[in-house]
Amino acid sequence: MEILLVILVGILYAAGIYMMFRRSMVKLLIGLLLLGNGTNILIFLMGDIAKGKPPIIAPNTSVFTDVYADPVPQALILTAIVISFALQAFAIILLKRVYQMTGSDDLDSLNTNDGDI
Amino acid sequence: MFGAVIAGFLISLGLLLFGKYIKSKYFFLLALYPISLFAYFSGFITKINQQLDIVYRSEWVPQYGINLDFRLDGLSLMFTLLITGIGSLIFLYTHKYLYGNKHTDKFYAYLTMFMSSMLGVVLSDNLIALIVFWELTSISSFFLIGFNTEDEKSRKNAQLALAITGIGGFFLLTGLILSGNIIGSYSIQELLQSRELLHNSPYYLPAIALIFLGAFTKSAQFPFHFWLPNAMKAPTPVSAYLHSATMVKAGIYLLARLTPAFGGHIYWNTTLLIVGAVTMLYASINTLYKTDLKGILAYSTIAVLGMLTMMLGIGTDLALKGLVVFIVAHALYKASLFLITGIIDHETHTRDVTVLSGLREVMPLLFGAGILTLLSNIGFPYSLGFIGKEMIYESTLGISGPVLMWSIAAVTVISNIFIGYSGYQVALKPFVGPIPEKFEKIKPLSVFLLLPPVLLSVAGIFYGCFPYIADEILLKSATLSVTRHFTDLPLKVWHGMNLTLVLSILTILAGAALYIFRKQTHRQEEKMELLDAVKPEQLYNYLKTGVKRLALFYTQVMHNGYLRIYIMTIILFIICVVGYKLFTEVPIQINTSSLSTFRLYELTVFSIIIVAIMVTIFTSSRLTAIAGMTIVGYCICLMFVFYGAPDLAMTQFTIDTLTSVLFVLVLFKLPPFMKYARATIVTRDLLIAVAFGTLISIITFQALVSPAEKEVSRFYADNAYLAAKGKNVVNVILVDYRGFDTMIESIVLTIAALGVYSLLKLQIKSSDKE
Repeated sequence: MEILLVILVGILYAAGIYMMFRRSMVKLLIGLLLLGNGTNILIFLMGDIAKGKPPIIAPNTSVFTDVYADPVPQALILTAIVISFALQAFAIILLKRVYQMTGSDDLDSLNTNDGDI
Repeated sequence: MFGAVIAGFLISLGLLLFGKYIKSKYFFLLALYPISLFAYFSGFITKINQQLDIVYRSEWVPQYGINLDFRLDGLSLMFTLLITGIGSLIFLYTHKYLYGNKHTDKFYAYLTMFMSSMLGVVLSDNLIALIVFWELTSISSFFLIGFNTEDEKSRKNAQLALAITGIGGFFLLTGLILSGNIIGSYSIQELLQSRELLHNSPYYLPAIALIFLGAFTKSAQFPFHFWLPNAMKAPTPVSAYLHSATMVKAGIYLLARLTPAFGGHIYWNTTLLIVGAVTMLYASINTLYKTDLKGILAYSTIAVLGMLTMMLGIGTDLALKGLVVFIVAHALYKASLFLITGIIDHETHTRDVTVLSGLREVMPLLFGAGILTLLSNIGFPYSLGFIGKEMIYESTLGISGPVLMWSIAAVTVISNIFIGYSGYQVALKPFVGPIPEKFEKIKPLSVFLLLPPVLLSVAGIFYGCFPYIADEILLKSATLSVTRHFTDLPLKVWHGMNLTLVLSILTILAGAALYIFRKQTHRQEEKMELLDAVKPEQLYNYLKTGVKRLALFYTQVMHNGYLRIYIMTIILFIICVVGYKLFTEVPIQINTSSLSTFRLYELTVFSIIIVAIMVTIFTSSRLTAIAGMTIVGYCICLMFVFYGAPDLAMTQFTIDTLTSVLFVLVLFKLPPFMKYARATIVTRDLLIAVAFGTLISIITFQALVSPAEKEVSRFYADNAYLAAKGKNVVNVILVDYRGFDTMIESIVLTIAALGVYSLLKLQIKSSDKE
């Protein structure tokens, strides 16, 4: 199964980067989200994924007796998801304001020409 | 000695900060500083004459052998006395010359800074300290040339001078470090004692080549000379002080200082001889075609600098003694000529030699000073210039090889005729003839203006009449520092009737004849300017435009304002560097035995993700793209469920839903995606993206199959319940072990929420658009 996830990481990265190369601001943002998802899976993969065993200690024991999923990547990803939501929310609203101001979601329309040196 | 040098920088700083509170009429008091320095250094004359060098040591960066060591010997003493002596006169002169100028305080600040830097150059006994002071003279020279900041030409010429001397300084630094590495020390004293080591080193040639570049740019040798005539945009006291008497001689000083270490080698001597002779001839011919008094003086200064370089190239005891004598003679008469020019300019507001005449009637005293200066300039007997010139002629006649000897001697005589002629133009022409009406109303000159040229010209004649005085107090010990052995070459007024004297007389007469029969006109100057296209200056201009174009090109390529191009550059760079490292140094493992196989439902989810991604990328509808993205998120959610991460699944689900809602709500009104990109661009972007994705996949795979250390995870798992009393380890990590991080994370969310709120509440007026 890991091999599928490895391929998925690559595809998500490729898709994210491709979207970031586009002129549309919405696409840029979508690209950023895809890239973020790819990174999350990458981190997740590093934790020796064990099927169906969440890192939760069984009710009657005080330590793990069975195999368990690595908790550290999970904690990291949890943080990453939440932070990326903050970023997305802000970026979406910002995008809306930019559209209101310029009437376009073309990144190039935001360029100012400084002129020749 | 340390204090004497450093005090100038402090005074300079003080002037820059508080100078505007000083009233104009008190500025002449600043001259007390150079005067006291002059007195201070004069006090060392007896000691130096007993060959006791004065040494002052202080550590700066001892780990690297960089120290602020100062050493006063004969050569340094001569230069310090010139710097402080002429400096005193310049300080007094400036007081009147710039009287009432708003920025006199700054001018004095830069001038003081220059003087201290120049003292540092000639006193330093450490190569690195020397280069620091050397660059400081370039920088203060930049400020002084560009002093008239409102004049574009003056700013440009200041840049030019800084560029040329700065580049030279860089080469010099390299050369000095190289020499320092050869002998294993940056001490100049040790360098001078390592002659054998240096001469036998394989780096001898690069070292002297780099040092030459530094010295030649500073001392305006051909083909780097052109900054000096342009530097004449500076106020005249600066031209007199920096660009004729002291700073431009720093290159000569350096070469003379290093002669005991590097000299005597065929490359050293031949280069100096040829460069010096070419510079001398080229510049002296140029003096014939200038109509601006300062232009004439600039070129005659370059010619003399060439002559001095040539003397170093000849390198015999006689030549070195002649060098020392002529440095002093030239400093005295050329500074005086510049100051006279400055007075003429100040009073008549013109420096055009074709217009000026008859000024002797309104400035008789200055005329007298002019005559005395002229005598030294043309090398008339009983002037210091005469003695110096005699020695120069004599040493050129001592060159071995008749062809070389006669050609050098001939070039020297011709150049000196032209230099003498330029003296007539500057010191005689403006004073004789009928006086035009407009000059008649000139008021008597201030003593501040008049005293410096008079003193300088009188000194030139005085030492010419009694050369042994100058010899005993200064020149003998200065020569000793260059030759490193005692030379019995007493200075005499009368050498007897010989070829040298004939040449001297010839020079004087030919110069006078040229003055009588030739007229400097604008037409000749214009004709000469036609040659500008092939002058070395052009090379600099090409270089300058080239650098500008390169900067423009670079900006357009690397800083073009397109975000996607920046990202692309970064990604490509990563692909190249990481890819190279990965394929060359990491053994790629294709061992999948440790990995689990996949089941059907996993494959299904995987396929859905792929389809969703493709839809997201290639759809032209914004809503479809958002829907596709949401599907990707939910599928990842499922992946988290499959692999024991319920917390992640829940969070991902919530956040994904929220994002989608926000997207749809807010961006509902946006136009559909436009087809901006052409097929080629899409292909290019796809290729880069796929390459990057593949690279990431390979790296991930390699990381996956490499064994990893799990100690941290074990620690959390073992202690989650025992120490933190929590059964969900992920939760324990987030709220207990990394509690602070989580708290700060909530702060980030709060800030983002505030940003969102304020952006939503922001009312945009229609006038603010665009």
